[in-house]
Amino acid sequence: MGTLTLAAKRRRSALRTLAFLSPWLIGFAVFFAYPLISTVYFSFMHYDGFRPPIWSGGKNWTYVFTHYPLFWPALRNTLWLVVVMVTLRVAFGLGIGMLITKIKTGTGVFRTLFYLPYLAPPVAATMAFAFLLNPGTGPVNSLLEKAGIPAPGWFDDPDWSKPALTLLALWGIGDLMVIFMAALLDVPREQYEAAELDGASAWQRFRYVTLPNISPIVMFAVVTGVIQAMQCYTEPLVAGKVASGVIQGAGAQFEPGYPDKSTLTLPQLVYNLGFQRFDYGSACVVALVLFALSMAFTALLMRRRGGLIQAGD
Amino acid sequence: MTQVLATPAELVPSSAPARRTARRKELLRWIAVHSLGVAAALFFVLPFVFVLLTSLMSDSQALSRDLIPGTWEWGNYRKVFDTPGFLTWWRNTLIYAGLGTALTVVSSVPVAYALAKFRFPGRNLALMLVISMMMLPPQVVVIPMYLFWAKQLGLSGTLWPLIIPMAFGDAFSIFLLRQFLMTIPNEYVDAARVDGCGELRTLVRVVLPMAKPGIAAVALFQFFNAWNDYFGPQIYASENPGAWTLSYGLESFKGAHHTDWNLTMAATVLVMAPVILVFFFAQKAFVEGVTLTGVKG
Repeated sequence: MGTLTLAAKRRRSALRTLAFLSPWLIGFAVFFAYPLISTVYFSFMHYDGFRPPIWSGGKNWTYVFTHYPLFWPALRNTLWLVVVMVTLRVAFGLGIGMLITKIKTGTGVFRTLFYLPYLAPPVAATMAFAFLLNPGTGPVNSLLEKAGIPAPGWFDDPDWSKPALTLLALWGIGDLMVIFMAALLDVPREQYEAAELDGASAWQRFRYVTLPNISPIVMFAVVTGVIQAMQCYTEPLVAGKVASGVIQGAGAQFEPGYPDKSTLTLPQLVYNLGFQRFDYGSACVVALVLFALSMAFTALLMRRRGGLIQAGD
Repeated sequence: MTQVLATPAELVPSSAPARRTARRKELLRWIAVHSLGVAAALFFVLPFVFVLLTSLMSDSQALSRDLIPGTWEWGNYRKVFDTPGFLTWWRNTLIYAGLGTALTVVSSVPVAYALAKFRFPGRNLALMLVISMMMLPPQVVVIPMYLFWAKQLGLSGTLWPLIIPMAFGDAFSIFLLRQFLMTIPNEYVDAARVDGCGELRTLVRVVLPMAKPGIAAVALFQFFNAWNDYFGPQIYASENPGAWTLSYGLESFKGAHHTDWNLTMAATVLVMAPVILVFFFAQKAFVEGVTLTGVKG
């Protein structure tokens, strides 16, 4: 060993690092860097997958932003989901997390029951909600009508389809519940005791002890929630398909967004443009918009001072 | 986990009447909290119950507004299994989820280990790229990827375009494992190195046994991801029903059986059940994994 020079040692350690990282380095190059560059390239090409791609300048970009009828509705829906769904999910997740820390009897059972819906596969959960909320014979509307409450059309009504998706998202709150629960149990108890000695009310204890302590986790939940809302795909697509009654199979063409574009999200546009309209170039434009938005919010997550996900050691 | 934010003992007044009021207040709070708990539990559980009940109704009753089956049609589940393709989708899902999970774990562990325990220039950059990949929706790169798999390799109509990439590390798994490995003290690793262990032996003999819970969490997440994946099979397998997975095929029940909610719900139960069963056997690892992703590294 004594014969190894410092440079040789360094080289060996660099090779070792490369060897351990190699699966990911290949994956990064082949499944991330290459397709990303390729997406940028195709966004300036006219390409239908049959004839060779031809340079088309900014035509795909102007088409998507000015003529493609689904782009702006999808962006508006995304904004709605970001504002309403994310807010409600964080508030509800925090509420359920606090509830579970206060429950003293049967905690394990409650925790499991609250967590279970998060595990339901998205397609199955959406099918279940499409049934539960179907305006004709669904149990929810049956119960609402029995109670004399006007029953909405849920997935069949453009005004109610996003609230229905929100309800589905609130049902699957388990992930946030667990994260908030862990954060709440980490709040130093002495701080509550001190606040109580000072005569702080329950609200004041929440506002001045709980919230400051868990604010990084709230931020984490908000930012990841925004990213999830932008990338929402399976639930709105399946809900629209099932509610509209389109039969799946080879060649079935379903214009996403049923009813009346109200469930469109950006990822669905990539599918619509690329695999239904065979306009790969414009699909890549939408893909890049989605990429830019996702990365902007991911950068928020990694901000050094925010400390949500810290890269350093 | 059962630690409760209750009134500290030293604050409870010592005189008898005051203690009684305090105890009554405590009881009222217990009732309020647990009523809320039951209400929330109903919200989370009732959808499962309604789905289960409907899956056991007769065809005609499933079209009515009844909530409880008149006759219990257990044969509905048989009919689902008899649906052409259902068993194939089941097999495909197991292959996709099983093989994919194994490949992911094998390829992600060394990467996560290097990111957690090696010092090298560009380590933070690599971690940031991993997080970026994790946050990238599959739709962003799907056009070139589809052209690559389908046009250049002719693999459309199969699940290979979804399984093969898992042999090259999965960003989420790398991140989660890295978070877990960061919690293992460096002293263990250093001690093994001092004893003359190579890095590979250190990883296999010393680190892996300690990292079992993290690996279990990653395996579970990956299994569920494959089980739940809809977009992947839609892109690569839709043209060939012989390659469909449960999550993708499930939707076709509604089409094939028109308004037969009973069979559609029976199929829905059969897609949900395995995931929930797996969860019950591995609850601890799973919850730990969810928590880890939200905790600072």
